[in-house]
Amino acid sequence: MRLAPYLLSLPALLLFAGVVVVPLVMTVLLSFHDWGQYKGIEPVFILKNWQEVLTDSYFHEMFARTFRIAFFVTLLAAVFGAPEAYILNRMKSPWRGLFLLVILGPLLISVVARTLGWALLFGGNSGLVNKALMSAGLISAPLPFMFTETGMVVALAHVLMPYMVLSVWAALQRLDPQIENAAVALGAGPFTVLRRIVLPQVMPGILSGAIIVFALAASAFATPAIIGGRRLKVASTLAYDEFLNTLNWPLGAAVAVLLLLALVAIVIGASRLVERRYAQVFG
Amino acid sequence: MAFLTLEKLTKKFGTHLAVDGLSLEVEKGEFIALLGPSGCGKTTTLQMIAGFVDPTAGAIRLEGRDLLAIKPAKRGLGIVFQSYALFPHMTVAENVAFGLEMQGVVAAERTKRVAETLDLVGLGAFAVRFPRQMSGGQQQRVALARALVIRPSILLLDEPLSNLDAKLREEMQIELRQIQRTVSTTTILVTHDQAEAMALSDRIVVMNQGRAEQIGPPHEAYERPATPFVANFLGKTNLVNGTTVRPEKISFGTSGLAGKVRTRIFQGNHWLYQVDTDGGLVTVIRQNTGEAMPTEGAAVHLVWQSSPPPSSGEVPAGRRGS
Ligand SMILES: Nc1ncnc2c1ncn2[C@@H]1O[C@H](COP(=O)(O)OP(=O)(O)OP(=O)(O)O)[C@@H](O)[C@H]1O
Ligand SMILES: [Mg+2]
Repeated sequence: MRLAPYLLSLPALLLFAGVVVVPLVMTVLLSFHDWGQYKGIEPVFILKNWQEVLTDSYFHEMFARTFRIAFFVTLLAAVFGAPEAYILNRMKSPWRGLFLLVILGPLLISVVARTLGWALLFGGNSGLVNKALMSAGLISAPLPFMFTETGMVVALAHVLMPYMVLSVWAALQRLDPQIENAAVALGAGPFTVLRRIVLPQVMPGILSGAIIVFALAASAFATPAIIGGRRLKVASTLAYDEFLNTLNWPLGAAVAVLLLLALVAIVIGASRLVERRYAQVFG
Repeated sequence: MAFLTLEKLTKKFGTHLAVDGLSLEVEKGEFIALLGPSGCGKTTTLQMIAGFVDPTAGAIRLEGRDLLAIKPAKRGLGIVFQSYALFPHMTVAENVAFGLEMQGVVAAERTKRVAETLDLVGLGAFAVRFPRQMSGGQQQRVALARALVIRPSILLLDEPLSNLDAKLREEMQIELRQIQRTVSTTTILVTHDQAEAMALSDRIVVMNQGRAEQIGPPHEAYERPATPFVANFLGKTNLVNGTTVRPEKISFGTSGLAGKVRTRIFQGNHWLYQVDTDGGLVTVIRQNTGEAMPTEGAAVHLVWQSSPPPSSGEVPAGRRGS
């Protein structure tokens, strides 16, 4: 009897082990192997790759950039996504569905296509927006967008915004429909209602949205690859380059595993913090 | 002049008349119950007084001033919502203090009044709890304290007891009445429970499809209902040979309308009878005094006082001149 649940989940467990656990373990093992220009990969156990990744300032800069970008993407997504969700939630029935579709629409379009769109708008002298602004005399040189961190942050924030909106929207759905009226009846103005009543209650939604957006931004590949190219690398594009251009698989594996570990630590730490902070209040 | 006046208050949602020319005068300190079936416009009426719904037509006056010209946040009314709408991220004390904070009451005074009000509703020991950690009845009291602490000119209660189980509801009814007597705040209660309306209020407004069918003291509305709707809504009625009689007014006698007991149900403090007569099926309620009562199938005679003269006092305000 007790065995049935395990047996029933066995196929899923096997699949999970086959496509996630095994490659992951192999990647971890790979990061301890040696590599040379002419000898290729040598299956020995050394710490060379890890030493390099952890001590070389080149890698420090790369990881610092990755998390800096992820941080600002998260901030941008929260600052725009939370009000967006609030406005969406206050809309009347036909509009709400329509605008929800508009917001979620980008999820249906490939990340590559969307990022190329940004590149078309802002890329160098020939970018549409840059051209228009320059011919209008508003700017004298094209706005730097390609190969900048700002460009990556803006493009990633756009790509990941729906996750924040959905997360905050779910939190808003749990709000008592009369709660704002209750505060108004007690004499609160519209701004006070937002700051003292609505915001604290959707905070768990904003934080869990932030965790998702942060994790996705730090591990994003397509957008940084298109906007940053090989000039402005982040951890994921670096790992990619080590694998496919330098062919130093072990070093690439060390970068990938480190990114994974850092992300897991940040995400678990953050959700622990959120849970402890709100367990008592929202149960 | 009355304390609160509703004048031909009307609300249309599209083409649907939710409230239809409701007029009502409320005296200071009075406890009014808006009673009616689901969808008759009780909540809409309350929300118009509170300012969350704009009337299509009509006026609301508080001590002669036009209430509709005042923003909801400035009306200074105490409202208890059906869902309580407590602030879940604030403790009980913070919930109650919120209204005082908005009024700019200084911290020391605030603490004192919060403690006083929590004592009034019997929650003195629960100040630091969060709403989630309290029972339904306790949450209801927090909502009441939060509404009362700002010393509102009117207390508006929207089905405040409907989320509680039957026993707790009865206890809270008694307590609500006592608290209202203590603070003597003018109160308007919305309910679809006729027993609750009659137990609590000085006057009942029986509403049907957005209109007031009758406005008057509970006893009068019960004894002399202005319309068949009121008679039926306020309690069971029998229509025997063209006259309406309440079941508890009928007793068993040696002569009178002859009949045969079809069913007899024991309900603790009373017996409920259904008697087949020539005038149709008659419901009879008899007190359980411990005496032997007719059993099912027994032949009985029914007697009752002739009904009192038709209502002459209060005419439903909404129907004056129509
Ligand atoms: N925002 C709205 N839009 C359209 N119709 C509404 C709206 N609010 C209420 N109504 C309608 O107006 C009528 C009265 O509603 P109201 O909420 O006042 O009823 P109620 O007497 O409080 O009923 P209940 O006892 O079920 O709470 C109902 O028919 C309802 O469907
Ligand atoms: Mg209602």
